[in-house]
Amino acid sequence: MAHPTTPSPGVPGEDATRRNFLLYATSAVAVSGTALALWPFIHSMNPAADVLALSSSEVDLKPIAVGQSITVTWRGKPVFIRHRTPEEIKAAESVQLFDLRDPQPDSQRAKKPEWLVLVGVCTHLGCIPLGQKSSDPRGDFGGWFCPCHGSHYDTSGRIRKGPAPANLAVPDYTFLTDTTIRIG
Amino acid sequence: MSAPANQNKIIKWVDDRLPIFTLMQHSAIEYPTPRNLNYWWNFGSLAGFMLVVMILSGIFLAMSYTAHVDYAFDSVERIMRDVNYGWLLRYLHMNGASMFFLTVLIHIFRGMYYGSFKAPREVLWWLGILLYLAMMATAFMGYVLPWGQMSFWGATVITNLFSAIPVVGSSIVTWLWGGFSVGNPTLNRFFAFHYLLPFVIFAIMFLHVWALHTVKSNNPLGIDVKGPQDTIPFHPYYTIKDLYGIGLFLMVYLFFVFYYPNLFGEPDNYIPANPMVTPPHIVPEWYFLPFYAILRAVPNKLLGVVMMFSAIIVLFFLPWLDTSRVRSARFRPIYKQFFWIFLADCIVLGVVGANPPEGIYVLMGQIATFWYFFHFLVLLPVLGKVEKTRPLPDSISTPVIKKSMEKA
Ligand code: HEM
Ligand code: FES
Repeated sequence: MAHPTTPSPGVPGEDATRRNFLLYATSAVAVSGTALALWPFIHSMNPAADVLALSSSEVDLKPIAVGQSITVTWRGKPVFIRHRTPEEIKAAESVQLFDLRDPQPDSQRAKKPEWLVLVGVCTHLGCIPLGQKSSDPRGDFGGWFCPCHGSHYDTSGRIRKGPAPANLAVPDYTFLTDTTIRIG
Repeated sequence: MSAPANQNKIIKWVDDRLPIFTLMQHSAIEYPTPRNLNYWWNFGSLAGFMLVVMILSGIFLAMSYTAHVDYAFDSVERIMRDVNYGWLLRYLHMNGASMFFLTVLIHIFRGMYYGSFKAPREVLWWLGILLYLAMMATAFMGYVLPWGQMSFWGATVITNLFSAIPVVGSSIVTWLWGGFSVGNPTLNRFFAFHYLLPFVIFAIMFLHVWALHTVKSNNPLGIDVKGPQDTIPFHPYYTIKDLYGIGLFLMVYLFFVFYYPNLFGEPDNYIPANPMVTPPHIVPEWYFLPFYAILRAVPNKLLGVVMMFSAIIVLFFLPWLDTSRVRSARFRPIYKQFFWIFLADCIVLGVVGANPPEGIYVLMGQIATFWYFFHFLVLLPVLGKVEKTRPLPDSISTPVIKKSMEKA
């Protein structure tokens, strides 16, 4: 009992096509509008300005003797700094690249061969590998050993054995003087 | 159908405007329930009971809890020592999570044994798996709140699972953390979600029960209800049985709360979180152990993560993977045995997950993981086609009537 001048829905013809067009256009606007409106909510969960601002730290290397390692904090994560011995450097440099899961020559990983700076977070699931203290197990390759699921890293922090897919990350750092670095 | 029996004028006035009393009458009183349900059918209502306990204890805990990395651990210790009955609230909540999972797991295995996931109950089953997933997310985030060593490192390892996603993985992890490691923003949002999700669970539970009342309960024989002679009204028969079950269950639950409150916990979680030191052996709560074992069974990060999530996703496909037309394992002599093997397999995975991934546990984990997927992807589809099932009874009431005639 529709009013004679009101076209009823579902009647084929010009009106129906026009109505379909309006329906699709409205839906498209609504969907993209909603998607755009979601972005501020999603982005609010990304690191805030103050978190980003905390992202560099300076370290004095003078007190670290040859063969010693220290751990500093950068962006809430540990950073390993190892003053490598000549043997450790030699071991790291003499590895054949095709022996590596994540091939990278030692020269790309250390700005000065005696100083190795690494993010001390296992690239598997984020545990902190052991090997900073002289009493720690250092794994089969003399670097670090992650106890969580058994990843072995060499004296260049490269993954050699275990489930981790990648080498320990090298953070951005610069030598401010011969014995100070800024990380980040 | 008839409106509520004791028609009070006020009730009728409200009911004419919002038929909430009619709804309750239909779904909690008259609801025709198969007459042959056994005690394994108690675990659904037990799970609902546990959700109420968790929400209640949780809200009162939240009144004394502080979601900040510098105060969270101490605020939980204050709950334990200074807040009146704080220890009770916390132990109810801690052990309640274990009991909630226990009831839900029994409920799921019950469904597998009696074929409750089969047509027409697929959507009901899906909603159940969704509930299970939401519970896991809730419990994971809750475990982070006391900010002990296991809280912190559990959160680190689990959020890092997402870094296995190619290309965008590490941006997703940074987004989840709200920083460059698990920290204060992470703790804050986990508290927000931990508060929210139980109410989402409540909503899904409502849909789950709605679906149940549309397709009606399965039963130990796995055959359809043929008529009124096969059913009894929910009230008083099953209200009283569920209540009795809650009584028994409370004895078990409160035994742990009062006598072994830390049995399910990890001593390391009483050490405040230290982002610079990983505990030598990270273990998740017991209800995550089988999945943790699957994750570690594969020596490849991405594949391990994919397998772990697949172990749950595969449950959504169960209604089509099990090709047998017979629901209940009572009439499937071979499936029945594989059901128990599967249950044992899940327990083996749990044991492997609790132990360090060395020596014999590596191989055990790999075999058990293989069997888990083999069961779903190969065994069930083939078995349904080849198994010779036992004859089904004509109706739910036939064996009952026969038995009472034999006795007479
Ligand atoms: C699905 C229901 C829930 C589950 C499975 C669950 C699970 C958990 C778990 C496993 C913990 C860690 C307990 C510990 O080791 O100390 C926890 C802590 C906590 N939960 Fe829940 N929870 C639920 C609902 C809620 C609700 C609705 C609230 C209300 C806000 C809440 C508030 C808290 C608080 C404040 C803590 C920290 C205090 C503590 O650690 O005891 N929970 N939850
Ligand atoms: S987190 Fe290091 S091996 Fe898994």
